[in-house]
Amino acid sequence: MTRVPLTGALAEIVPCSVCGLLSRPAGPASPGWCPRCGESIVFRRRDPIQRTWALIIAAAICYLPANILPVMTTQTLRSVDPTTIIGGVVRLYEDGSWVLALIVLIASVMIPLVKLIALAYLLITVQLRSERYRRERVRMYRMLKVIGRWSMLDVFVATFSVALVQLRPYMTVVPGTGVLFFTAVVILTIFAADSFDPRLIWDSGENAGGR
Amino acid sequence: MAPPHADIVACPDCDLLQRMPPLPPGGTARCARCGLELGSNKAGSLDLPMALSMAALIAFFLANVEPLMGVSIGGRTSSTTILGGVRAMWLQGEKATSVLVALFVVVAPALDIVFMLAILLASRRPPAPRWVGALLRWTELSGAWSMVGVMMLGILVSLVKIASLATVEPGIGIFAVGALVFLLAGMSASFEPREIWSRVRWANGDWPGTGR
Repeated sequence: MTRVPLTGALAEIVPCSVCGLLSRPAGPASPGWCPRCGESIVFRRRDPIQRTWALIIAAAICYLPANILPVMTTQTLRSVDPTTIIGGVVRLYEDGSWVLALIVLIASVMIPLVKLIALAYLLITVQLRSERYRRERVRMYRMLKVIGRWSMLDVFVATFSVALVQLRPYMTVVPGTGVLFFTAVVILTIFAADSFDPRLIWDSGENAGGR
Repeated sequence: MAPPHADIVACPDCDLLQRMPPLPPGGTARCARCGLELGSNKAGSLDLPMALSMAALIAFFLANVEPLMGVSIGGRTSSTTILGGVRAMWLQGEKATSVLVALFVVVAPALDIVFMLAILLASRRPPAPRWVGALLRWTELSGAWSMVGVMMLGILVSLVKIASLATVEPGIGIFAVGALVFLLAGMSASFEPREIWSRVRWANGDWPGTGR
């Protein structure tokens, strides 16, 4: 019905993952090296589906303690006050800076969650060999790679609050264990996005079965 | 292993083979199937990214030496730098987080700027030496993990948070960080890796020099 688009996979030409130069692999067992930059030629990233799933699951496990445990504790003469991420958002809102409250809410709570759900969706549709919404899915993937780092926001907020508020005996801020889990979520989701190969979205159908 | 036509590229995101058209200055080529930007003809060649990375180096230096902000409450004052934040997290027992923060806001951007300067200087007269290729792949990594923009926003949020409890005064460092955010963005936006790759001496000893 439609013309089959000519892909690298069909033409048995592989672009170098580092410099983009096209070359013809020497053989399936030992494809050889890129003549320009010397990187070994790989057809697709290694075990993208298994690796991405593993990293998503690990990140989802860390997501819970990251949100339940306090990220920082404020100690004053009268009180000891641990705050979680959500607690920090509520505090910002109550202080009247609802814009910042919204930014922290999106960066810390929504982005990691959206990233996990979206990556799972991409993996499932690839595994089902879906041919629908390919353009939208690859765009979604590119968006995920851009937004990922912004969930580090609260870690930086904690870092600089801790560094600055060391005014004994009036007020001190100490970091909580939530920060560690939170950093883990960010790094695991960045690695997860990197281990997925967007070309898998297009592989089904035109390239089914072969590699 | 003869390379196929030099102006044929495979889209890194969807694998479609297509011809790169000759681009007018400032022009951009997008993948016909998935819309990914495949390359662009950056008008300022190597001079603009060079100028921006030199400015970024200065901003980076200031951002790391000058205090970001100071607070005072009940006659007691304190101030912090970027490394002060890293140090405080380490002293408070969050050692893993402290090391990662240092990687993302000090090491990665520093390498990003230094690699960029080295690449641009070495590529002025083609063929560029082979280590430029190695640096190009490392800049991709250092760029991916550099989080100066996120840190900037984090500093602003903590500034607002603390302002409700104590008197806060912004320092020179925070303005340098702000400048650095824009300079780093401009640096990577004005830089075209394809241009450099066409100038690098090949790993197998050739240098076709055909460019793109």
